[in-house]
Order: sequence, then C-alpha cells, then structure tokens
Amino acid sequence: MSLRLILLCLLGALTLPLAAQDRLPPAPYAYQQLNDPAKEARAKALMEELRCLVCQGQSIADSDAPLAGDMRHEVRSKIAAGESPDEIKAWLVARYGNWVSYDPPFDGATALLWLGPLLFLAIGGWLAFGRFRRGKDDAEGGA
Amino acid sequence: MKNRWVLFVPLAIMGLLFGAFIYRLVTPAETLIQSQWIDKPMPLFDLPPATAGVEGLKSSQLADGKPRLVNVFASWCIPCRAEAPQLEALKAAGVPIDGIAIRDRPEDVAMFLREYGNPFDRIGSDMQSSVQIALGSSGVPETFLIDGKGIIREQIQGVILADQVPEIVAKLEAMK
Repeated sequence: MSLRLILLCLLGALTLPLAAQDRLPPAPYAYQQLNDPAKEARAKALMEELRCLVCQGQSIADSDAPLAGDMRHEVRSKIAAGESPDEIKAWLVARYGNWVSYDPPFDGATALLWLGPLLFLAIGGWLAFGRFRRGKDDAEGGA
Repeated sequence: MKNRWVLFVPLAIMGLLFGAFIYRLVTPAETLIQSQWIDKPMPLFDLPPATAGVEGLKSSQLADGKPRLVNVFASWCIPCRAEAPQLEALKAAGVPIDGIAIRDRPEDVAMFLREYGNPFDRIGSDMQSSVQIALGSSGVPETFLIDGKGIIREQIQGVILADQVPEIVAKLEAMK
C-alpha cells in the first residue's frame, strides 16, 4: 500500500503541471474556521472522520485537493446552518456509501475486523490449553 | 504426535495473511467510488449559467418527460477534451445533453466550448462542487443518465468511449 502511495505521489508530481487544476479560489469555508468555536469543533471532528474522494487515504481535513476543500465548505456550511454531524454524515453516506467514512458501522463487511481479535484470542486460548494439557500428560507418562 | 501439526497452524495463518497482503499490494483495490445516489431523484439545485450565451441549469428542468444525459465536466479537465467527440456523436443521435461545469470560470468554459464544440443544451456553473457532491460524484468527467421523471438511473465514471455511444442511446430510448 505504501509503495503504491509513493508511486502515486511521484506520478501525481509528474502529471500535475499537465493536468491543469482549476483556477478558482478555494470555497469560503475550505480554509476558514467557523466563528463559533463549539460549531467549529463539531465540524472539525466530522471532517477528520470523512475520507477525501480524490486523495484516497487522507481525511478531508488533511487534504489540499479542491474537492476536499469544497467538502469542508459543505460540512462547515451545514454545521453553521444547524445540522448535526450525524445528519451530515448520513447525507454523505447516502451519496458515497460507507466508504466515505473512516468510522463505518458494524455490518457484514466489517464484522471480521471487530470480531477478529476475539476469534484469534479464542484460537490462541485453545492452542495454549492443548499445550498445557499435553505437558501434564508428558509429566505423567515420565513418572 | 499427531497434535504436533497444530504447532504449524499459526505459521500457516501468518502465511495466508502474508499472501493476502502481497496479493493486494500487487493488484490494488478498485479506487473508483461509485455514486450510491442511483434510482433517486435529482437533488434540487438552481445553477447560474457557466458562460455567456448558454442557459444555466435547474433540477426542475430535468423532469420534462425526455430522458437525457447530465455531463459533469470542467474546462481544466484534460480527459473531458477526449470525451467531446463522443458527446457530439450522442447529440447527433438526438440525445439531449445538459452540462454541469465544476469549479470553472466563464472565460475558460467559453474557450473550452469554442475549441471542443458545444453539445450542451444548458450548462450550470457549480463553483463549489456542491451539486457534484449532492450527486455522489467524485471526479470529472462523469455522466448521469436521467429518465423523463428526473430520476437518476445510471452513473458513468470517466470518459465515455466511442463504443459506449450506441449503448447509451439505446438505454435512453428504453426509458421513454
């Protein structure tokens, strides 16, 4: 994955001058915080949880891609208008799927991630149990 | 003695994991993010004209009974230039096409249309990608097939290729 990212970055650096970016200034709320610190904190928390569509692997809070800036503008505008972070997230998930969130819900696709550690712990316990019992058998056999 | 094979289970699991990682490293996952906003009504919007001499685009105009294409493009998007001949071919086949110009300046849109032709009935200017985001679109060019009731039926990501043109014409015909 990291090798691929590095390659992508190199490719991006090579092609950027060719693939001309748009010449518009960033959207108002792309780089400007909301005046209300409480609202800005809510917006910031949500932006860190949303995945950038262009520079996949970065959150929209971290990305300098124009579309990420426009998404930050969207998030901050909606928060300023009184929408809750959950509503905004649901709005985006309806459009881009769970992919857009770094905190996907527990479902068929993520079950192994959540239950995997328990599963491996159980397997480890079972192995350890088997080993201890064998040790006892060996000791008895030797006596 | 038979139980000794159990000792190799962790190694086998590690081997499988390692294999899975190598596989994903060599064949990267699909990175196109498809819109989930399909079989849903066009989001409400009212975009101003993207350049002088071409009408802007309102979502209400997309439910006039005629199936059509909405092409999300930009003058600064290099692949969009390669798509222009296919859009011309679609227009020639009688397909109505509306455009949404993403983060674009009127003078740049005008130059793009002069150079690569204008197959669009209307072009709305989406300066802050807000309609693009509302559509679940993640790049340019993208094309949406809209039925006569203004419902989005399909999303095409990337450049429309020449051999896709007849298929698109047929799909829109079937929506009538």
